[in-house]
Amino acid sequence: MSVKGETLIQVENLEKAFGKTKVLKGITTEIHKGEVVVIIGPSGSGKSTFLRSLNLLEKPTGGKIFFEGTDITDPKVNIDNHRQKIGMVFQHFNLFPHKTILENITLAPVALGKLSSSEADAKAKELLNRVGLLDKANTYPEQLSGGQKQRIAIVRALAMDPDVLLFDEPTSALDPEMVGEVLDLMKELAKDGMTMVVVTHEMGFAREVGTRVMFIDEGIIKEENSPKQFFDEPKDSRLQDFLRKVL
Amino acid sequence: MIYGALLASNSFADRFYQNFIEDNRWLMLLNGLKVTVIVTLEALLIGIIIGFIVAIIRSYHDKTGKFTILNAVCKVYLTVIRGTPSMIQILIMYLVVFGSSSLNSIIIGGIAFGINSGAYVAEIVRSGIMSIPEGQTEAGRSLGLSYAQTMRLIIMPQAFKNVLPALVNEMIVLIKETAIIGYIGEQDLTKAAMVIQSRTFDALLPLLAAAVIYLALICLLTFFMNKLERRLRNNER
Repeated sequence: MSVKGETLIQVENLEKAFGKTKVLKGITTEIHKGEVVVIIGPSGSGKSTFLRSLNLLEKPTGGKIFFEGTDITDPKVNIDNHRQKIGMVFQHFNLFPHKTILENITLAPVALGKLSSSEADAKAKELLNRVGLLDKANTYPEQLSGGQKQRIAIVRALAMDPDVLLFDEPTSALDPEMVGEVLDLMKELAKDGMTMVVVTHEMGFAREVGTRVMFIDEGIIKEENSPKQFFDEPKDSRLQDFLRKVL
Repeated sequence: MIYGALLASNSFADRFYQNFIEDNRWLMLLNGLKVTVIVTLEALLIGIIIGFIVAIIRSYHDKTGKFTILNAVCKVYLTVIRGTPSMIQILIMYLVVFGSSSLNSIIIGGIAFGINSGAYVAEIVRSGIMSIPEGQTEAGRSLGLSYAQTMRLIIMPQAFKNVLPALVNEMIVLIKETAIIGYIGEQDLTKAAMVIQSRTFDALLPLLAAAVIYLALICLLTFFMNKLERRLRNNER
């Protein structure tokens, strides 16, 4: 396991139940600065629930999550302050349809007083330029392709200067020919040292970009390892079975 | 007055003269229209404020399970107001709640209609909030926005756009509903037409005039609301 930097997120025995159904049955792991942790697993395994627990979009029913040293599962903690540092990218983009692309990006930094509106505009344009979508600044999300929408969603998250980015199946809702442009952008971010936790079915991305790959099944981490060992010498029998099917 | 009765079967010009020109009776209609408009605006303002507050409390409760008592109060309010005739509500407001107060009946009427309208607005707005996909809230909250900021900046603008036609519908109903304010002694447009009729013994013209004025008022409202709706929609393309 490659440990690059200080611990950013520490998860201790995380549990989540929806009613009587236990989805997460005790997950313990750490995410370090600069890591790209790729989570794979069959559908219904709890991998998305785990990811969504990291910024408390799902409220854990047991265990603790420390983000930069603070236990964010403590009800006394104001989660909004920590979420500013935890960016999230969704499967269905979730851009704001009533706002222009530029407004989508500047809304949060301005509303939260992080940037003045002119600073936010400048930053948004710089980011848009970087992803090659500057000409879309004043259009509305509806006019964009799926791949463009997802790149904007990534830019929107980046505009908050997050310490970590969570990706919840970012390419699963895309037409095949648009998957590449989103993965390329994610690759670039990884190269720049962004800490990322990615739930995906893109095995190529996991192998090439991931610093650690995690297999979640039946609500627990069945195996985690460096991509090479994970894919070439899987130990868990469920993982062996899974990889046989998807590779 | 007697002449009125005698002349009732006369030519249209004579009837028009008696009903609207003689004794400046058109002024009664104009003053009645003023009362109708004032009461409607009052009720609209109160109704929208109550409606949005109730809708937000109810959807906040649905999402988080908090505000149990407030939510229960809102539910009782909705049940009672929607389950009883507005006629009874306005009479209770006038004769019981403000029975011993010297408050102007235009204000009492506006309050009664506002409380009534609020119940309908609340459910319209709540349906609008529910029509916005959960992902919008999640996107807002994941950026660090509070529940209130997410509501104000992301959910409400979209919800408002979705429910505008239903809100316009409620406004139209409200305008016409104010016609019962005559029962608490206020001379609105409908009552003015009745008063003219009682003086000239001609029912057709004053009632027709009142109907045309209501129609014009509502067409005007619809026109501007359609414009607003189009402008809001244009924003997305």
